[in-house]
Amino acid sequence: MDYSQFWAMKQEMGVLIVFFLVFLYDTFMPKRTLKATACFTCITFLLFTVAGFFDFMTCRTYSAFSGMYVTSPVIVAIKNILNLGVFIVLVQSAKWANSDVMAIRRGEFYELLLITLFGMYLMISARHFLLFVIGLESASLPLAAMVAFDKNRYESHEAAIKYILTAVFSSAIFMMGLSFVYALSGSLYFSDIYASLSTTPSWLLVTALAFVIAGMGFKLSLVPFHLWTADVYQGAPTTVTSYLSVISKGAAAFALLVILVQAFGLFYSDIWEWMLYALIILTITIGNLFAIRQKNMKRFLAFSSISQAGYIMLGIVAMNATGMASLMYYILVYIFSNLAAFGVISAIENNTGLVNMNDYNGLYKTNPRLSFAMMLAMFSLAGIPPFAGFFSKFFIFTSAIQQGSIPIYILVLVALINTIVSLYYYLLVVKAMFINPDDCKIAPFKSAAPERLGLWLSVAGILFLGLASPVYNYILDIAQSSPLFSFIP
Amino acid sequence: MLGALALCRNIKWIRTVAVVGSLMLIGLSIWVLCDYLDNRAAGNMAEMLWVGSYPWFTPLNINLAVGVDGISIVMLLLSSIIVFAGSFASWKIEQPKEFFLWLILLSTGVFGFFISIDLFTMFMFYEVALIPMYLLIGVWGSGNKNYSAMKLTLMLMGGSAFLMLGLIGIYYHSAPEGGQLTWNILEIAQNASIEKGWQYFLFPLTFVGFGVLGAMFPFHTWSPDGHASAPTAVSMLHAGVLMKLGGYGCFRVAMYLMPQAANDLAWIFLILTGISVVYGAFSACVQTDLKYINAYSSVSHCGLVLFAILMLNTTAMSGAIMQMLSHGLMTALFFALIGMIYGRTHTRDVRQMGGLMKIMPFLAVCYVIAGFASLGLPGLSGFVAEMTIFVGSFQDSDFFHRFFTILACCSIVITAVYILRVVGKLLLGPVQDKHHLELTDATWWERTSTVTLILCVAFIGCFPNFFMNLIEFTFNPEFFRALMPAVN
Repeated sequence: MDYSQFWAMKQEMGVLIVFFLVFLYDTFMPKRTLKATACFTCITFLLFTVAGFFDFMTCRTYSAFSGMYVTSPVIVAIKNILNLGVFIVLVQSAKWANSDVMAIRRGEFYELLLITLFGMYLMISARHFLLFVIGLESASLPLAAMVAFDKNRYESHEAAIKYILTAVFSSAIFMMGLSFVYALSGSLYFSDIYASLSTTPSWLLVTALAFVIAGMGFKLSLVPFHLWTADVYQGAPTTVTSYLSVISKGAAAFALLVILVQAFGLFYSDIWEWMLYALIILTITIGNLFAIRQKNMKRFLAFSSISQAGYIMLGIVAMNATGMASLMYYILVYIFSNLAAFGVISAIENNTGLVNMNDYNGLYKTNPRLSFAMMLAMFSLAGIPPFAGFFSKFFIFTSAIQQGSIPIYILVLVALINTIVSLYYYLLVVKAMFINPDDCKIAPFKSAAPERLGLWLSVAGILFLGLASPVYNYILDIAQSSPLFSFIP
Repeated sequence: MLGALALCRNIKWIRTVAVVGSLMLIGLSIWVLCDYLDNRAAGNMAEMLWVGSYPWFTPLNINLAVGVDGISIVMLLLSSIIVFAGSFASWKIEQPKEFFLWLILLSTGVFGFFISIDLFTMFMFYEVALIPMYLLIGVWGSGNKNYSAMKLTLMLMGGSAFLMLGLIGIYYHSAPEGGQLTWNILEIAQNASIEKGWQYFLFPLTFVGFGVLGAMFPFHTWSPDGHASAPTAVSMLHAGVLMKLGGYGCFRVAMYLMPQAANDLAWIFLILTGISVVYGAFSACVQTDLKYINAYSSVSHCGLVLFAILMLNTTAMSGAIMQMLSHGLMTALFFALIGMIYGRTHTRDVRQMGGLMKIMPFLAVCYVIAGFASLGLPGLSGFVAEMTIFVGSFQDSDFFHRFFTILACCSIVITAVYILRVVGKLLLGPVQDKHHLELTDATWWERTSTVTLILCVAFIGCFPNFFMNLIEFTFNPEFFRALMPAVN
C-alpha cells in the first residue's frame, strides 16, 4: 500500500492531530490547568485553520485509495469555510465551557466536536458510499452526546434522545436507498454509479433517490424531515445549537450536492430536479410560516435555519458551477450571520438566563452593542444590503436562474416572496430590541472577552464579506475550474 | 461620487454635520449640473456623462457603474434639496445621532440609485434606501407606527422581490446568444437583445416592482399609513424622493430596456395609474388627518408621473420628470409644514383646528403657497408639470388615451377641492381650540427649511424652460423610435 496517499488527507489528519493534542492535554495535564482547555483548543484549532489556508494555496486535485477519497481546491475551500465557522463556535463556547456544570467534561466536549468535524470532512471528500456512510455516522452520533451536555436540564436529554433517534432513522433510510442503488448499478463508487446506470430511469431508481435525498434531508432539516429541529435546537446547549445549525448543515448541503451531481447527475431533469423543487418550496414556506409564531429565540432561529436550508438548496438545483460557488458562498455568509445571532443569544443567556423574544424588549437601551450585532445578523439573514446576506441571496438566485427554464423562474419567485415573510419575522426581533417600550429585563452587562471576540469576528464577516468582492470571485473561480461538473453534458 | 460623499460624512454625528453635509451635497449637485450644461453646450452628445465603471464581481460582470444624464441630475438636485430641508425640519429630534445615521444611510441609497447605471448596484442602493425607513418610522414615528412601519417595509420589499427576479431575467437576456452578459443599462439598451416573449414576462415584473414604490393603484396602501406615522423629515424624504425612485426606475429600467413590451402592455398599467390618479384625489377629499390628505394626494400625483411615462411620448415624459421634481418639492414642503403645525397643536385632525392664519401667519402663508403649487397655479411648479403632462398625453388621438387623459384632468379639480377645503378650515375659519391661541410662529430653522423649498418651487414655476431643456436634451431619439413605431 502506498502510504503517501495519506498525504492527500492533510485536512483530516490535521483535525485528528488537534483531537489528539486536546485529548492528551485533557488527560495528562494537572487538574488546576484544565480550565485552560478551552483556550488550548482554540489556539491549536486556530493554528490548524491557518495551516488549512496555506494548504489551500497549494492544493491540487488529488484522489487517493483508488478513488474513494478525493481532494481538490473546491473541497479544501469548503473545509476551510467550515474551519472558520468552527473556530468562531469554539471561541464563543469558551465561557460556557468554563462554567461549573462543565467542570470535568470540558475536554470531552471538544473531543466530540472535533470527531464530528472529522466525519463531515469525510462526507465532503468521499467518492465511495462506504466512506461516506462512515463520515455520516461519525458526524451524527457524537453530536447526540453533545446535545445532551447540559446534564442538569431535562430538555437537553429530551433533545438528545430525539436527535439520536432521528439520526439513526435517517441513516437507515439513507442506507436503504444505497442498497437499491447498489442493486441497480453493482458498485458504490460515485463514478461507477454514474457510468453504469442506464439512462432510462426505473421506478427502483426513483425510490432509491427519494430515500437518499430523504436521508440527507434529515441532516439538512428539510421539510418534511424537519420535525426534530426545533426541539433539539431549543434543548441543546446554545453552543451546540449554533454548531448544529451552521457547520453540520453546511457540510451536509455540500455533500448532498456532490452526491447528486457526481453519482446521479444524469437524472437531473428526469427525477431529482422535481424532488428538490418540491422540497425547496415546502422547506422555505413552512420554515418561514412556523418561525413567525416562535417566542423562544432558539426555536425561532431553528425555523429560520430550516428556511435558510431551502435557499441553500437552490444552489444545488442550479446544477452548474455558479450554483456550487453560490452555495459555498451562501454557507460562508450564513455561518457568519447565524453565529452572530447565536453569539448574542448565548451571551445574554449566559449572563441572565433569558431566551425569549419578549425579554429582548428595549435591549437597545441597555446593551446597544449587542443589539446592534443582533440587528446586523438579522438584516444579513433577511438579505438586506449592504450586508453580506444580500449578496449571497442575490448570487444564489442568479445562479439558479442561469438554468433558464420557466419552472425555475417560478421557483425563484416563490423563494423571493418567502424572503418577504422572513423579513417580517427578522424585523420582529429588531422591533423588540429597538422599538418596543423599554421595560427591559436584561440589565446592562459586559460580556466575556471570548464572547466579544467571537461576535466581532462574525460582525466583521457580515460587514465585509459582501462588499469585498474577491471572496466570491475567488470561490467562483475555483468552482468553475473544478472537475465536478466537467463530465456533465 | 455623491454616494461616497454621503458615506464619508458619517464620521461625526452632530446635526451641524448633517446640515453642512447636505449643503455640500447641494453644492455638488449644482456643480454637476453646471458642468453638465457646459458639456452639452460644447456639443458633447454622449447619452450619459461621467460614465465610470469599476469592476466589482468580475465573473458575473457586475460593475460599480455610474453615469448621469439630465434626468438623474434633476433627481440629484431634488434629493439634495430635500435632504437639506429635512435636516432643518428635524432640528429637535430625540436621539439625533441614530436618527441622522439612518437618514444619511437612506440618502446614500437614494443618491447611489440615481447615479448608478448598473442594474445590480442600482438594485442594491434601492434596497439600502428602503430598510432605514423601518427604523426611522418605528422608532421616531407617531400613531400606529409599528403597524405602518411593518406594512411599508414589507410591501416595498415585496415589490423589490418581483424586481429582483425581473432584473436577473434581464441579465440573462442582456446579450445576443454567446455574447457577454451584462448588467449595464446602456449596453443592454444597445444590444436590444431581449426577445419579445421575454419582454412580456419581464416588463410587468420590473414595472410592478418599481410601481409599488411609485404607489401604483392596487399597491399604494403602504403610502398613507407610512406617511402618516413617519416623523417629519422622513415623510418629506419619503414622499419627496423615495417615491420618485419608483417613477425613475420604471422609466430607466422597465421602459428603457424593454420598449416593445412597454408599447404593447402600456394600456394595462395606464388603467391602473389612471385609477390611482383619480382614486387618490377622491380619497384625499374625505380624510380629516392632514398627513393622510397629503399622502393620498401624493398617491394621486405620483400616479400622474407613471401615467405620463406610459403615454410614451417626449412631451408627456418630460412632464413626468417635471412632475417628479415639482411634486417632490411641494410634498416635502407640505409635510414639513404639517410636522411643524403638529409639533405645536399636537393634533393633525382638521376638525380640531382653525384660524391658524392669525396664530402662526408664516406657516399658514407657506401652507397656502404649497396648496397653490399642488393645485397647479401658474407661476408655481405644479402648473408647469401638469400642463406638460396633459398636453403630451392629449397627443395620442385614439379614444382610449383621450378618455384617460380627460379622466386624469379631472383630478386637478378634485385636488382644488381638497386643498381649498383644508385651507378654509385650517387656516381661516374660527379658532377651534382656545389653547392654540398661545402657540408661536416658526423658529429660524423651520423658516430656513420652508423658505428653501418655496424658493425652489417658485423658481421652477418661473423658469421651467431651464429644466425642460435639461430633460428633453437627454431623451434619446432612437429610444422613441423603438417605443412608438406608430408615432414616428
